[in-house]
Amino acid sequence: MSADTTTATSGIGPVEGGAGTAYGVDNPAPVIEAPRKRTAKTPRSTRGNFEMAAWLFMRLSGIVLVVLVLGHLLIQLVLDGGVSKIGFAFVAGRWASPFWQIWDLLMLWLAMLHGGNGLRTVINDYAERDTTRFWLKMLLYTATVFTVLLGTLVIFTFDPNIR
Amino acid sequence: MPAGTLYRGREGMWSWVAHRVTGVLIFFFLFVHVLDTALVRVSPEAYDKVVATYKTPIVALLEYGLVAAILFHALNGLRVIAVDFWSKGPRYQKQMLWTVMGIWVVLMVGALYPVLGHAVRELFGS
Ligand code: HEM
Ligand code: HEM
Repeated sequence: MSADTTTATSGIGPVEGGAGTAYGVDNPAPVIEAPRKRTAKTPRSTRGNFEMAAWLFMRLSGIVLVVLVLGHLLIQLVLDGGVSKIGFAFVAGRWASPFWQIWDLLMLWLAMLHGGNGLRTVINDYAERDTTRFWLKMLLYTATVFTVLLGTLVIFTFDPNIR
Repeated sequence: MPAGTLYRGREGMWSWVAHRVTGVLIFFFLFVHVLDTALVRVSPEAYDKVVATYKTPIVALLEYGLVAAILFHALNGLRVIAVDFWSKGPRYQKQMLWTVMGIWVVLMVGALYPVLGHAVRELFGS
């Protein structure tokens, strides 16, 4: 590795702590620990399957969601006068059919789990403090479970004659 | 030119940023959407009252934005899947991104009238 970090022609500007310093035997560069280094706290096996399963789930659920969500948007926003037709009577008509009940149920579960897992990744990426990350994820899991349960309950207990 | 420490990638990075932003936006929408749909368990009037706001011109514009976000996320998601599973995916990722953008523009033009038509009629009379 080149010791000179300030050469103007290299296109790389001065690096912190490196200005004017040449690393060498008498001035060793600081050691950067390898990111995957095993420590006393590393479990014996670091090859859990969870992250791989989550990665695969994002892709499989994504493919199914293309049909479910784009179909939903087509029905709600484009066909039959678009949003203008939506109302209690319209929903009652749709949920009278088990086909659309199952469609909505599947869309609810897949979209919430896909989005929830996606947000977990985003939180892991940006929240650096352990406690912040922990509480953000608790908030996320609570909101996700709540939404999935509420939506499921609404589909199954819908009553067209509520009045 | 000062040396930045910020990584500025090319198409690949910006499509990743857009995928992330749209994904988060859709998640927040869905959260609110399940709450408003739950009003069908309260009373028909409560539900219809909230749905009425969905029909106003300003919210119609938000719906158009939601459609834009979902179409991009869905099409680009398929591209990400192709990059991961198709042996030639990584080589064609850039061409696939421009294909995604092309389809996206066509669908967004197609969605103009169905999604915003009623708002235009309401604002400027029919
Ligand atoms: C502005 C656009 C949208 C409109 C006008 C709309 C409208 C509706 C309506 C009227 C229902 C009642 C049931 C039915 O008719 O199927 C519903 C349910 C549902 N929608 Fe949407 N929707 C929109 C966008 C979305 C998007 C983008 C998603 C997914 C990401 C989504 C997911 C759902 C789910 C999961 C349910 C079931 C809710 C429950 O279980 O209580 N919707 N939507
Ligand atoms: C319409 C069909 C959809 C497809 C094809 C799709 C596809 C994908 C794929 C393949 C990923 C993984 C990206 C990666 O690992 O780099 C992803 C991430 C994500 N998706 Fe979706 N998705 C869809 C719908 C949705 C919906 C409805 C939501 C919200 C409820 C959502 C929210 C997210 C989020 C938050 C991420 C994480 C983004 C990141 O880590 O940068 N997606 N999507």
